[in-house]
Amino acid sequence: MSKHAPEPISIFDARIMRPALLDSFRKLDPRVLWKNPVMFAVEIASVITLVTFALSLSGANKEPAWFTGTVSVWLWLTVIFANFSEALAEGRGKARAASLRKTRTDVTAKLLSKPEFGASFETVPATELRKDDCILVEVGDLIAGDGDVIAGAALVNESAITGESAPVVRESGGDRSAVTGGTTVIANAIIVRITANPGETFLDRMIGLIEGAKRRKTPNEIALEVLLIALTLVFLLVCANISPLSVYSVKAAGQGSPVSLTVLVALFVCLAPTTIAALLPAIGIAGMDRLFQKNVIALSGRAIEAAGDVNVLLLDKTGTITHGNREAVEFVPVGGHAEQELAEAALVASLTDETPEGRSVVVLARQKYGLERELPRDAETIAFSAETRLSGVDVGGSRYRKGAADSTVAFVKSLGAKTIPANLDEVVDRIARAGATPLVVSCDSEIMGVINLKDIIKSGIQERFQQLRQMGIKTVMITGDNPLTAAAIAAEAQVDDFLAQAKPEDKLKLIKENQEAGFMVAMTGDGTNDAPALAQADVAVAMNTGTQPAREAANIIDLDSNPTKLLDIVEVGKQILMTRGNLTTFSISNDVAKYFAIIPAMLLSIYPQLNVLNVMHLATPLSAILSAVIFNAVIIPLLVPLALKGTRFKPMPAEKLLIHNLLLYGVGGMIAPFIGIKLIDMMVGSFL
Amino acid sequence: MNAYEWAETIVFFTVLLALVKPFGSYMARVYQGERTVLSPLLVPCESLLYRLCGVNRDEEMGWKRYAVGLILFNLLTGVVLFAMLLLQGVLPLNPQKMPAFSWSLSLNTAISFMTNTNWQNYAGESAASYFTQMCGFAVHNFTSAATGMVVAIALIRGFVRRRTSHLGNFWVDLTRSTLYILLPLSLVFAVFLVSQGVIQNFSAYKTVPLVQSVTYDKPKLDDSGNAIKDAKGNPVTESVTANEVTIPMGPVASQEAIKELGTNGGGFFNANSSHPYENPTPLSNMVEIFLILLISGSLTYTFGLMAGNPRQGWALLAVMLAILVFTMAVLYRAEATGNPLVAKLGVHGINMEGKETRFGLAGSALFAVATTGTSCGAVNTMHDSLTPLGGLMPLSLILLSEVVFGGVGTGLYTMLAFVVIAVFIAGLMIGRTPEFLGKKIEVREMWMSILAVLTAGILILVFSGIAMVVPSAVSSMANPGAHGLSEVLYAFASMSNNNGSAFAGLSGNTLFYNVTGAICMFLGRFAPILASLAMAGSLAEKKYVPPSLGTLPTDKVPFALWLTLVILIVGALTFFPALSMGPIVEQLQMVGQ
Repeated sequence: MSKHAPEPISIFDARIMRPALLDSFRKLDPRVLWKNPVMFAVEIASVITLVTFALSLSGANKEPAWFTGTVSVWLWLTVIFANFSEALAEGRGKARAASLRKTRTDVTAKLLSKPEFGASFETVPATELRKDDCILVEVGDLIAGDGDVIAGAALVNESAITGESAPVVRESGGDRSAVTGGTTVIANAIIVRITANPGETFLDRMIGLIEGAKRRKTPNEIALEVLLIALTLVFLLVCANISPLSVYSVKAAGQGSPVSLTVLVALFVCLAPTTIAALLPAIGIAGMDRLFQKNVIALSGRAIEAAGDVNVLLLDKTGTITHGNREAVEFVPVGGHAEQELAEAALVASLTDETPEGRSVVVLARQKYGLERELPRDAETIAFSAETRLSGVDVGGSRYRKGAADSTVAFVKSLGAKTIPANLDEVVDRIARAGATPLVVSCDSEIMGVINLKDIIKSGIQERFQQLRQMGIKTVMITGDNPLTAAAIAAEAQVDDFLAQAKPEDKLKLIKENQEAGFMVAMTGDGTNDAPALAQADVAVAMNTGTQPAREAANIIDLDSNPTKLLDIVEVGKQILMTRGNLTTFSISNDVAKYFAIIPAMLLSIYPQLNVLNVMHLATPLSAILSAVIFNAVIIPLLVPLALKGTRFKPMPAEKLLIHNLLLYGVGGMIAPFIGIKLIDMMVGSFL
Repeated sequence: MNAYEWAETIVFFTVLLALVKPFGSYMARVYQGERTVLSPLLVPCESLLYRLCGVNRDEEMGWKRYAVGLILFNLLTGVVLFAMLLLQGVLPLNPQKMPAFSWSLSLNTAISFMTNTNWQNYAGESAASYFTQMCGFAVHNFTSAATGMVVAIALIRGFVRRRTSHLGNFWVDLTRSTLYILLPLSLVFAVFLVSQGVIQNFSAYKTVPLVQSVTYDKPKLDDSGNAIKDAKGNPVTESVTANEVTIPMGPVASQEAIKELGTNGGGFFNANSSHPYENPTPLSNMVEIFLILLISGSLTYTFGLMAGNPRQGWALLAVMLAILVFTMAVLYRAEATGNPLVAKLGVHGINMEGKETRFGLAGSALFAVATTGTSCGAVNTMHDSLTPLGGLMPLSLILLSEVVFGGVGTGLYTMLAFVVIAVFIAGLMIGRTPEFLGKKIEVREMWMSILAVLTAGILILVFSGIAMVVPSAVSSMANPGAHGLSEVLYAFASMSNNNGSAFAGLSGNTLFYNVTGAICMFLGRFAPILASLAMAGSLAEKKYVPPSLGTLPTDKVPFALWLTLVILIVGALTFFPALSMGPIVEQLQMVGQ
């Protein structure tokens, strides 16, 4: 199978850079910008300095025009940089959405008069299809809309959606009945009942989400914005307060001049948390995009953030913790038979068995016991049937069978066996207790022994659970196995808990109980019977191979249908929050240095003593203010890569993580601008 | 510090900290309706009160009803005091025949006492009758303190309770705060203060001949009581010779204890706790400081206990204590260094101007930081006379939103608002949607905690700015220049944060300061109270999220450090520019000359 995740498009790609540059100017429109109140305030500040600049050209200002003009330019750049970071984050999504849109060309559909093969149909454009219409899709046809297969089975190429080139089977009934608009049938024909009106299909939603058009601010984002707006308001008042205080100070000191409007505006923009406010939208969009690169579609930003909070993770055993298939690992003879004898019988009984389990028996017999047997001509395959619950081969008058203990015993008895080996029960029991499946092998009326079919735990899964534990997430394995088997596998995989013989209502109950106790529950599922539980879970990941109800109940869809993806989703969720928190801390810490640059500069004419606060020894008051403004602007594009990639996440205890990030972004955020402003001042000084 | 001062300070903090746990547990029992040592005596009184007032003690209130009850109660008592001041001339217990207050002074004073500020634009002994002092001011000293405490308790319940709208019963909490906590303690300590020499009588003021007559320069006052200034803005003085002195009397002890205990701070006399009849001995001085810090300090333990995690309470107390001790050290150092300008005149050593020799520098420094860190505002030292750097400490403690112990109740609920903000950012930094005590911090909590923390700062910035350009406000400054700016900044900081102490030197009894002050005190008090109650309501509705490995421990050192940083950074970022034109430049000027 070849998997190609959506090709990562570099942000420096011209396809993204050019529209992003255009967009950063288009977003200057106040009607767009007011959605980001902090940057909107900066735009107003920019307008004010522009007007002041115009006035100073006519000599109405005491500061040199070049100063006001340069401040104005850098304030405008601050807004443009902010717009640019958002446009850049959106750009990748847009480029991807455009490629998706190509698949949604003018598709036509064969609208059936009756939902059965052979019924008459008329060809209509896909846009005219409505819910509950039934269409016929034949080889080579594009499926015109989302729907359920109600008759037939077909091989479908879903690469347009999933990037997965191997075709998948879609058939009526069961868990594989959902088809997605925009995919192609490559073998057989099916009848599809449409389940979504045009504009509401999965492809439409996906395009909308990727483009960021439908992106709504998450509650956490809004709460952070509240904090940023409040800080902005306070800094506005701080600057407004400076003006009358400086007017008074001039009178009191008998020298100097009050702080000018340009300087106040510059100080305001420097103090306002522009760094985080500028990068905030990009952080969220980029997070969704990072998930998309991992082939995960989040239907809401909220779901990703909730993933960062998950305390309990419900995992399906099969396919997640264990490989989907069991493998034969051992032959245990009973009743005095030799191991070699049993291996031979097991091999024969499995020669025509094409199931993965059957093939694993053949592999074991060949590799470990060196047996090489070709299927004899006269062999007759006895396929597994629901009545006998046995399979095997009849060859040369002998009947080789394998199956569950009770079925095989019943079979040999029916052939006249008088006694059953005494140690059979014990062996079967021992294997079952270890979490494996015992398969009893017989030849005619003789029970030969038992095949130990073991669930193979995916390699490295223990480490991943260990990581989850470190993050404070409890893992619960859900399986249809009996409690004995489940316990053994749970112990080996090192999950924290398990739910055996799980029925849909058990899963729902388990989720509800955990939520009652205050936990955030994540769950992966694919079947229709998972839908209620998925709808209840806080973070519900549906496999793309899953049924339509499952996909609708979920808020995250995994196009690769790989359940361990949840770990990645949790990581991205945490990264988004951490990036926000770290940049907020960084942004606020920056203000300390900016004060030390601007306050002595702006009050120097009134109180020369305040020059002791000029710890950076900035050249002149004007260059000091300018340097702070420039630093404040250029830090935004410098941090764009961090905002888009997210801060690195290593699972570690909360307290250690806090200290680590506080040192890096808090202390670092205090020191960095001292260095940055000093360097800029030296450069600015060389121009003056 | 000398050995005596070290001993005094260490014994003080040891006793205070030793009492936090027992007294904090006592308060927790009181508010949770459990039996206490005083129950046999007080339960009958309590029941009688409820019967008389028609209060159903088992009735639970949502945050809105709780808030409505609180606001109405405060407005009602405030209006009564306002009327009392306007009618002072005709009311009893007025041996000195004090006239009525002006309407603007009445408004300012009524709101001042209603809001636990006790900003005094009047001098107690020359303006207030015994009736006003006892039935007006002293009553408010109890009710305003109790009001602050019940808000803190309601907020604690918000954190502790799950999936409910119930925050308790305002009337019951108010009654219990007064009856079980404030009354018994003030009774005991009033008697103790009498033992130290604090007076308690209803006598007329006594006039006694001076042993030695004194000649001094007296500032000339105009008809409205303001200092007359010459063309240069310096006060005009005249030479006066005095042969006798009038000694004010009054029921001081009964008011003194609750003044400190309820972090009210309104002095019976204008000189407040530096007056020998309010604070006669070094022991009474330490006891008064102890009373100022007792309830606010112990409430942190009450909080921890009610929240099921006493460590959490200790963590908050540690943050408060760290800032208190740090500011005290700076203040002590600044004053011990003295004033270089005075040194030039040949007077070296500690800057003792405005301090009482009987308290010494340590007793003065500790009082100064305790009274400003809490919203008390009583003073035993004239803060105006501190060195600029020394004076910056009390000013900063007020500007930090009164969380260093803070006012009774107010300190805790404002601190919890800071905790919410600190938790929010820290939570993000570790990649979780933030939570505190198992409650998720969301948009509503963010709004409310910001309102609780920043209201006072906003008021200070707005009104100090206005005051600098209103000529009548500027002319109230006795010391123009950077120091005058500090005086105005201090005044609005003190009023907006409901502290009540003043950088003396500003004549506050003007229409401008009376009215703007009333606005600051009212909004600075009730906006954070409403925000805290609204936050309590929203928190109580939430479900509890049990802690896991990924949860940020908020009761350990790293978070306590972070919380301290958040408090300091919010304060510094808001006020650094203003302070740089006030105490900071003044200090630089002083050192530079």
